[in-house]
Amino acid sequence: MSRLYTQDHEWIDVAGGEATVGITDYAQGQLGDVVFVDLPDAGRAVTKGGEAAVVESVKAASDVYAPVSGTVTESNPALADDPSLVNSAPEADGWFFKLTLSDASELDGLMDKAAYDAFVASL
Amino acid sequence: MTVAGGRMADDADLKTLPLDALHRRLGARMVSFAGYAMPIQFDGIIAEHLWTREHAGLFDVSHMGQLLVEGEGAAEWLESLAPGDFKALQPHRVRYSLLLADNGGILDDLMVTNTGRNFYLVVNGATKHGDIAHMAARLPAGITLHHMEDDALLALQGPQAVTVMSRFDLTPESADQPAFADLKFMAGARWLWNGIKLGITRSGYTGEDGYEISVPAEHAEALAEALLAHTEVKPIGLGARDSLRLEAGLPLYGHDLDPETTPVEADLSFAISKRRKTEGGFPGAERVLDQLFNGAARKRVGLAVEGRMPAREGATVWVGAEQVGVLTSGGFAPSLNVPIAMAYVATGCAADGAALEIEVRGKRIAATVVPMPFKQKNYVREGDKK
Repeated sequence: MSRLYTQDHEWIDVAGGEATVGITDYAQGQLGDVVFVDLPDAGRAVTKGGEAAVVESVKAASDVYAPVSGTVTESNPALADDPSLVNSAPEADGWFFKLTLSDASELDGLMDKAAYDAFVASL
Repeated sequence: MTVAGGRMADDADLKTLPLDALHRRLGARMVSFAGYAMPIQFDGIIAEHLWTREHAGLFDVSHMGQLLVEGEGAAEWLESLAPGDFKALQPHRVRYSLLLADNGGILDDLMVTNTGRNFYLVVNGATKHGDIAHMAARLPAGITLHHMEDDALLALQGPQAVTVMSRFDLTPESADQPAFADLKFMAGARWLWNGIKLGITRSGYTGEDGYEISVPAEHAEALAEALLAHTEVKPIGLGARDSLRLEAGLPLYGHDLDPETTPVEADLSFAISKRRKTEGGFPGAERVLDQLFNGAARKRVGLAVEGRMPAREGATVWVGAEQVGVLTSGGFAPSLNVPIAMAYVATGCAADGAALEIEVRGKRIAATVVPMPFKQKNYVREGDKK
């Protein structure tokens, strides 16, 4: 299983036709204290680059985009009780949602970790 | 995810505050605000917010405008601009007031101190140049308006602010100035610290006890370092300043107040002094006093928001199919651990306990009108034993 990244600071782990999506450590650092995450319901169709979730920090709401198109199968129930998991474990327990991919070729344009780290360093 | 540009505060057009280098040294994240590069946060907004409620927070508010109005008839002239009773404002006392347009709309909110020799005004950073132009255009002969551009403004806020300041050796600047230990809430005067002139008022914008300290810009860093040397004091950014003032129910100009809004609609009628309610004579008095005695169509209220999802400025407020208002501030209240908001709603829906709905991203959230402040203020007023 490999982790890929978007220029909008989402990460996606792909295993077969299933994927898990979250936001990166860099993104949570930019957001500051996360107080609520508005997650998509299971069954919702999302499109690559389209709005999929909203993460609310103390100061603002930020859109989270789907790295690839697909259908949401589950959102992270732990974030309802403890949205600060996005700050403390953004790339682990603070995942946002899982989806089934509708077009695996959409993964081709995403960055690997080395490319993403270089991208963040250039910001 | 959309991430705000990390380089925003490196914009060449932004002005820098006297404490810019200190903020960056302390690890602040800088953003553009009111034309200045300003610290939005240091340790994190929630941590800074809670620290200020428990201990003492140091805020750099040097972007705000500090003005001096001086000359024979200065009080009368201020009364032609704002609805305060400045003729009765005693030396060393501070009043909250409102700069009003001819139609009674709010041009700015401000603090006015009678220094005994002149009036010292603190106005908002984003509106200061407009305020100065408004006032200069109405300035009579014999009165001067001075913009104190060479002075920084720091705020020390929180229950331990008094303890910290009591350790400073502050000497009254002259015999007519009170001793620092006698400074009460909403009072102010000038003191010398290490030979540096400080104008200090016991006031603030957090709902906590504390001070606002005017200091010559070249000495601002020395003063800030001296304050931060006390273990009770941490630097606090604009993010926590906003969440603190929202919990305290204090309006933010440009969001909760604007030129389309009158003092009565804004629920700031307390800023219209008793004598002025009888005599009028301030801009827009006819309209404002009519609203005061006969009611206004809408009113600023506090809303307790059900659930965990914050509702933000611009969200619409509903009763069934009817839109009855709009949020002007909204966010998460760190001390209460719930979302809260300020809104303007139709007066018929403005009573405490009124059940309303807020629309956020197409969903309706239940909300209830509640008295403000959301978080009880910890001011130490004259006569308090604390």
